[in-house]
Amino acid sequence: MLKRVLLSLLVASALSTAAFAEEPKSGGVINAVIQPEPPGLMVGLVQNGPTQMVAGNIYEGLLRYSPKLEPLPGLAESWSVSEDGKIYTFKLRKGVTWHDNKPFTSADVAFSIEFLKQTHPRARGNLAQLDKVETPDDYTVVFTLKQPFGPFLGIFEVGSLPMIPKHIYEGTDYKTNPANNTPIGTGPFMFKEWQKGSFIHLVKNPNYYIKGLPHLDEIYWHVIPDAAARAVAFETGKVDVLPGGSVENFDVPRLTKLKNVCVTGAGWEFFSPHSWLWLNNRQGPTANKKFRQALMYAIDRNFAKDVIWNGLAKVATGPSASTIKYYTDKVTTYDYDPAKAKALLKEAGYKGEKVRLLPLPYGETWQRWAEAVKQNLQDVGINVEMIATDVPGWNQKVSDWDYDIAFTYLYQYGDPALGVGRNYISSQISKGSPFNNVEGYSNPEIDQLFADGATAFPDSKREDIYLKAQKILTDDVPVAWQLELQFPTITRCNVKNLITTAIGVNDGFRDAWLDK
Amino acid sequence: MSKFWRTMLRNPGGVIGLTILLLAIAIAIFGPLLFPTSPWRMVQRPFLPPFTMPGLPLGTDALGRDVLAGIIYGARVSLLVGLVSTMAALAVGIPVGALAGYFGGKVGDALMRFTEFFQTVPSFALAIVLVAILQPSIVSIVLAIAIVSWPPVARLVRGEVLSLRTREYVQAAIVTGQSHSWIIWREILPNALSPVIVLASLMVATAILLESSLSFLGLGDPNLMSWGYMVGAGRTVIRQAWWITLFPGIAILLSVLALNLIGEGLNDAFNPRLNKEGR
Repeated sequence: MLKRVLLSLLVASALSTAAFAEEPKSGGVINAVIQPEPPGLMVGLVQNGPTQMVAGNIYEGLLRYSPKLEPLPGLAESWSVSEDGKIYTFKLRKGVTWHDNKPFTSADVAFSIEFLKQTHPRARGNLAQLDKVETPDDYTVVFTLKQPFGPFLGIFEVGSLPMIPKHIYEGTDYKTNPANNTPIGTGPFMFKEWQKGSFIHLVKNPNYYIKGLPHLDEIYWHVIPDAAARAVAFETGKVDVLPGGSVENFDVPRLTKLKNVCVTGAGWEFFSPHSWLWLNNRQGPTANKKFRQALMYAIDRNFAKDVIWNGLAKVATGPSASTIKYYTDKVTTYDYDPAKAKALLKEAGYKGEKVRLLPLPYGETWQRWAEAVKQNLQDVGINVEMIATDVPGWNQKVSDWDYDIAFTYLYQYGDPALGVGRNYISSQISKGSPFNNVEGYSNPEIDQLFADGATAFPDSKREDIYLKAQKILTDDVPVAWQLELQFPTITRCNVKNLITTAIGVNDGFRDAWLDK
Repeated sequence: MSKFWRTMLRNPGGVIGLTILLLAIAIAIFGPLLFPTSPWRMVQRPFLPPFTMPGLPLGTDALGRDVLAGIIYGARVSLLVGLVSTMAALAVGIPVGALAGYFGGKVGDALMRFTEFFQTVPSFALAIVLVAILQPSIVSIVLAIAIVSWPPVARLVRGEVLSLRTREYVQAAIVTGQSHSWIIWREILPNALSPVIVLASLMVATAILLESSLSFLGLGDPNLMSWGYMVGAGRTVIRQAWWITLFPGIAILLSVLALNLIGEGLNDAFNPRLNKEGR
């Protein structure tokens, strides 16, 4: 009893008509910035941000995602879900070859799953409900789950579940395989050369399985360690593409004012970087719910959005970013209201105890932001002391719960079960990680809601559960949500069609073309 | 003493230096009375250019904070760090140098090797390491600056003491059976002090620069507004807003220049003969 999902093809054709309204031109070289230099390009082994960004051209996943996070065909051309939500059948595209001309088949998919379970921590978590993978023929893969897992169709993006060539890695030691230095994938571009500290050079895959793609001949990813130098490289025309986060925010308005420069915040819908202040729920004033609510009223988040992020952000309403599934804004909201904050502080019985504020040591923007928040808090009478720290120090203090208030931002991966629950459920309270339930919030009702939400079927049931969870969390304020961040991608306007999916530049330059 | 002041005041550089320094001290003490709001408060729109709005003559920084208020509060931090760390350096350097010079021999060797141990490490690098390890705060910064700046004091004092120790009045004191501490404190050190004072005035200048450099690199006390912090924070936006870096930069320049001029003047005043021969 299989229910075909044909929506995917419809979406794909709709997308391509929109995208190809202008007739794309072939040829050309794109120079982009990569920051920092990745430790490797074999995305099955290393998952750093810059690795994913470059490797998205070389490797591919079974699915891609539209900006609304609907699945689009990738290496899989169609898929279907059984009515009980436990069996997912993928039909693979025919005629796909690896860069060394070996065919891509279902055996590669099954191998990749096993490979990534060993090397990719996030994939291991995503695949926890997977019971078995079967390959009835070369172009069919059947995933059977132990129980329904709502976000399952959301885990096939290239950075989360890249396809790895079986014929190269089978039976070898993955980490020391020499092929790691000359990565082989199915993607639109092939690895050519990497001069460490200088550039990574990719060239067009002439045998790419979609006729006419890619349009570009070559891509150079330039390694430029200094933020100001990256901005200058763009101004002088050395590079044409600045992916999100490659220049400081305050440089963005200056660069976008230049002639022939385009900027977009799109392409981060899947990651949805969400920022908040960890509030230590275990001890000190922040253990008091009223105090935490007072913080929400005391902080001028619109100021942070407009001044510190130059408007490239959105005030967060709660635990979910507005771009991910089951988001609702019908929750308790907190506008900037110092008077209300003062009243709540009084109710909370706050008597001027010192509260430590730990900024995120990621550069000027974050430092300025911490200074602004500190001033906001002092204005309502909170005695704040800013702690100076570096990246290892921040990691250690947050992981060891040695803080009162600490800045952070995390990715949400499109689904509350993948990227939201981990920060609020009590089973995720454990020292040593700065990404789990660091605040120490523990609420059996929330635990139950997130547990049910992950395995509920169908989607409408999940929606009810997550709406309820968002309401409870925004009342309790386990952490002080700040902004949904946007990392603007800055390009020359003649770079067309660069960002078409929810993971933006990370999905590679497959559809991009240069208007000469 | 009046002769000293007369010589000092005859030196135009010294007078200028002294004037600037007194002005800076006055600003540090009385400025916050004129600007009672915290320099961290966001008072206007960000990146307001200077001389465009009454009340904010030097404009605002990237968060809309008053640059002038920052400079006034920064004077406190800079001068305080300069003075306290120099005092601390003297408190270590003078005794070490005096003991090494007076006793000589193995004691002197041991103390001087210890001093050289600190001198072999580049002082700024050592200061960065110390502040980074101790976590940036005003105490750790003062401590770090003191630790890297005492060795020259010790060497200078040792040299002076070595030469004074052979003078007849010191020999006489030894013969009359005075205690070592009496001889060092009462007979030798007062006579060795003038070059130390000159050096100290320059050390205050160096300390201000060191603190600014540390803050510039983001190793300042994050709870205190200092000139180095302002320059460091403004550096990245220098192309949009030059004034955020320029004015605190001028403040650093003037105060360091003033201290150097004072040092020069003191040197002339303490060594009038040297001065005349030199011309």
